[in-house]
Amino acid sequence: MSTLEIRDLHVAITADDVQKEILRGVTLTINSGETHAIMGPNGSGKSTLAYSIAGHPKYTVTSGTITLDGEDVLAMSVDERARAGLFLAMQYPVEVPGVTVSNFLRTAKTAIDGEAPKLRTWVKDVKEAMGNLRMDPVFAERGVNEGFSGGEKKRHEILQLELLKPRFAVLDETDSGLDVDALRIVSEGVNRAQEASDMGVLLITHYTRILRYIKPDFVHVFVDGVIAEEGGPELADRLEDEGYDRFLPAAV
Amino acid sequence: MSLLAEKTQRPGLAPHTDSVATFVPDQSRAERTRSYAVADFPMPTGREEDWRFTPVDRIRPLLKDEATGLCLDWSETLPAGVRLGTMSVADWQSSGAPAPADRAAAVAAAHSGGVAVLDIPNDAELTEPVRLTLTGDDGQLVHGHVLIRAGRFSKATVVVAHAGHAAYSELVTISAGDGAHLTVVSLQEWDDRSIHLGQHDVVVGRDAQVKHIAVTLGGAIVRLNTNATYAGPGGSFEAYGVYFADAGQHLEHRLFVDHAVPHCTSNVEYKGALQGDSARTVWVGDVLIRAAAEGTDTYELNRNLLLTDGARADSIPNLEIETGEIAGAGHASATGRFDDQQLFYLMARGIPEAEARRLVVRGFFAAVVSRIGVPEVIGHLMSAIDAELEASVAVAS
Ligand SMILES: Nc1ncnc2c1ncn2[C@@H]1O[C@H](COP(=O)(O)OP(=O)(O)OP(=O)(O)O)[C@@H](O)[C@H]1O
Ligand SMILES: [Mg+2]
Repeated sequence: MSTLEIRDLHVAITADDVQKEILRGVTLTINSGETHAIMGPNGSGKSTLAYSIAGHPKYTVTSGTITLDGEDVLAMSVDERARAGLFLAMQYPVEVPGVTVSNFLRTAKTAIDGEAPKLRTWVKDVKEAMGNLRMDPVFAERGVNEGFSGGEKKRHEILQLELLKPRFAVLDETDSGLDVDALRIVSEGVNRAQEASDMGVLLITHYTRILRYIKPDFVHVFVDGVIAEEGGPELADRLEDEGYDRFLPAAV
Repeated sequence: MSLLAEKTQRPGLAPHTDSVATFVPDQSRAERTRSYAVADFPMPTGREEDWRFTPVDRIRPLLKDEATGLCLDWSETLPAGVRLGTMSVADWQSSGAPAPADRAAAVAAAHSGGVAVLDIPNDAELTEPVRLTLTGDDGQLVHGHVLIRAGRFSKATVVVAHAGHAAYSELVTISAGDGAHLTVVSLQEWDDRSIHLGQHDVVVGRDAQVKHIAVTLGGAIVRLNTNATYAGPGGSFEAYGVYFADAGQHLEHRLFVDHAVPHCTSNVEYKGALQGDSARTVWVGDVLIRAAAEGTDTYELNRNLLLTDGARADSIPNLEIETGEIAGAGHASATGRFDDQQLFYLMARGIPEAEARRLVVRGFFAAVVSRIGVPEVIGHLMSAIDAELEASVAVAS
């Protein structure tokens, strides 16, 4: 069993030479096998939390800690965090022209495992995972996310999740831009990955519809850089009915 | 078949003297001087259109109208049937070969002492590349003159590698007979003190297909002018280039595709990466579609990747069209910085920084490299690019 622990995290970004605090004290503990949904209005800091866990250089942690089984995640470089077992499925996956998906996947798998995967089983695994996500095999020879539609990019993120088998996955609005069929296919991929390796999931979403397919154990409502309310799955239902209005400043 | 494609001669233009900021105006690429006589090309000041990016002061020795009698060390691999011989400069001139287009080329032709001629016989289909390796050892100043002739319906690849320490100015004529398929690769892997000025004239025969590939990695100053003309309809010219400039290097590639014949195609694609202070690249792509060149299809593209601050890439495509009856004409040019988001994405998948950088840069070059089509050149090029990147990572850390 593993634990990802975020304690009193404060994160700022620097824009136009001015530091702006975005996360103002976030505390969250995720264990293997658990699914935590983070819900919140636009601009509340959800992606900031995701990027801070992954180590994006744009975000500065001003105080607080992130640990993975007691190890200091904040002291690790971006690639070290991934090798330690953290995975971020990005809200806006990046295009890397000229680097084929197959080369990228093999390079990443080799880096994560510390050795090249056995060719025969690897080719089979990739094919099978792509088939499960209804990705045409031709994607393997295209540039990473190059000219992919929004939905194709999200499937590609989940393809990586299934192949790299992280201990903890942060899914940043993986549901956005997906039609109903794609949403189901992608959700099944996440569930498969979780069953296969007892992965912990931090599911960031604006809407509740993905929660029909991926069942959260805990729901955290994120508002203005802090967790405003926490509860079980029933909290999501309440948000579905009421929206975020009662958390917004006008209500104060 | 005559090598003659177009020969215009007129007195040299006097350089402007009124202001350092002005350039000698150039109405059309068709107007530029072509001449065998050095005197027709005044000593450039650096303000002329075709010299304005070049560090003219540092190349003066190669512009002096004076023979040195020195040469590079040549070694060659000649597949069966291929001959390497010589020709007098006078015979070369009377063959109607395209004349020098700037002072450096005129000086090279005037003082080379003779033309090295590589002949690929008619109908020959070479399975192995012809390899010429030209090496300098003590910085000698050399004028070179080379003629590569591919006979009609021949199929051949010629790889010319330049290495070592030299100041080398060359005039190279590449002539592909009717229906020939010719690939010429010019590799610049000089040491970092060398200077290389080159004019490569490609004459594409009727229905011939010529690929010209420039790979420029080494040298303090490299300036290559590649010009293409067509001797008959149905010709195809492809020019691919890859360059990688480090601190202190000036790498300049100028192309001029002159479409004066109907139903010919050209495709130019050059990609360059730059890293380090004062790394400098210049790409100028001129395409002229003359009134007679109906059915022309042409495209040119240049992209530059700035890996660090302090590097500068100039990219100037220029398309002149004198007929509306063309199949297609386009160009694209862009210079961008290394994208940190790409680096983050790859690293977020566990890939260490140095390897991630390598992937991004290899990816940047991937499309043009795949078009080169000569496996030994591709393999060599990719490891050379990796070595360049490793050097930079070592410097940065
Ligand atoms: N580069 C930046 N410059 C200025 N402000 C920024 C920058 N990046 C993020 N922010 C601000 O930080 C706050 C949090 O952004 P974040 O992307 O974390 O929100 P989010 O909850 O993920 O929103 P969404 O639901 O739209 O994805 C926002 O107010 C945003 O405008
Ligand atoms: Mg977001």
